[in-house]
Amino acid sequence: MAIFNFYLFDRNGTCLYYSEWNRKKQLSMSKDEEYKLMYGMIFSIKSFASRLSPTDMKEGFLNFTTSKYKLHFFETPSGLKLIMNTDLSVGNMKDVLHQIFSSLYVEYVVKNPLCELDKPITSELFKNKLDEYVRSLSQFPVKAAS
Amino acid sequence: MTIFSVYIINKAGSLIYHYDSPNVSRPAVEKTFSYPLELVLKVFDEKVVVAFGERDGIKVGHAVLGINGVPAEGRCLKDKRDILEVLATESNYPINIKFGRPHLTTNERIMLASMLHSLFAIGSQLSPEPHASGIQSLETDTFKLHCHQTMTGVKFVIIADPKQANVDVILKKLYEVYSDFALKNPFYSLDMPIRAELFDTNLQAVLEQADKPGIINS
Repeated sequence: MAIFNFYLFDRNGTCLYYSEWNRKKQLSMSKDEEYKLMYGMIFSIKSFASRLSPTDMKEGFLNFTTSKYKLHFFETPSGLKLIMNTDLSVGNMKDVLHQIFSSLYVEYVVKNPLCELDKPITSELFKNKLDEYVRSLSQFPVKAAS
Repeated sequence: MTIFSVYIINKAGSLIYHYDSPNVSRPAVEKTFSYPLELVLKVFDEKVVVAFGERDGIKVGHAVLGINGVPAEGRCLKDKRDILEVLATESNYPINIKFGRPHLTTNERIMLASMLHSLFAIGSQLSPEPHASGIQSLETDTFKLHCHQTMTGVKFVIIADPKQANVDVILKKLYEVYSDFALKNPFYSLDMPIRAELFDTNLQAVLEQADKPGIINS
């Protein structure tokens, strides 16, 4: 199992935070372009899924799989979007993303008076706590360990 | 254990076939209203949809499917009366309105198919690992989309219940049906919409078989 990277977007599509672990391929475009493309894709998938759904949706889009990676998506009612890419052997990551929101983002960003909520997060504390949390997950170890 | 619909998309991203399972129930709410109507309705995509005022199972985004038993067609009723005008006239009340999730029109299906085609490409571009394919499955809380792309770029898409098993096998079977009854048909031209009775019946047979577990594996 492996976790590749993590994106955090606010409701307007600004990338508030990005970090990566074990990522093997870097895109040819700049990071800013990549964030825009990612947000655009998630936005379109959400509208795509809501139109295609045979019944009314509650949570909407949860994850998608390709041959090499799996993208997990979680959105809070306030429009904050958490996206995590992992490898294919990882199951449901909804609880993990919810945990990142409730015990890391809320604790170390929302409650931090120095953090502006619509600007990219520069807090070292949030960065370290997130890194520590992700590394402690059972999904984190690279294939050799599992 | 249900398959909701099947789409086939050609290598350029246009829809060449779609099939909706007839036994999928689309819930609708019928309610009698008195004047004035509390719900706020608006015209969106040539349909009259609820914009504000969720109540009694009527949700924002639901479309008007019929009034007093007369089915709706776009923004008008079947008898050519404009829905918004009917609802604005006090003498028509009390009035019975049927709400439900809007049905997809063929135009919308074509649009969604090309949307999937581009999402598929972006999905592989944004990969953190090298040599990733595009989206193979996409899960939401109400359905799961399975996509199989052949070597020639044709995409077979199945929209099924999240619990439906063996969809990969069904996708392969659909590819077989496509090769046997569309490609081998001398009247079929490549990348064009598939209109062949044999293809229809065989595709439906595969889907019916899939609803009986155990048989498809043999």
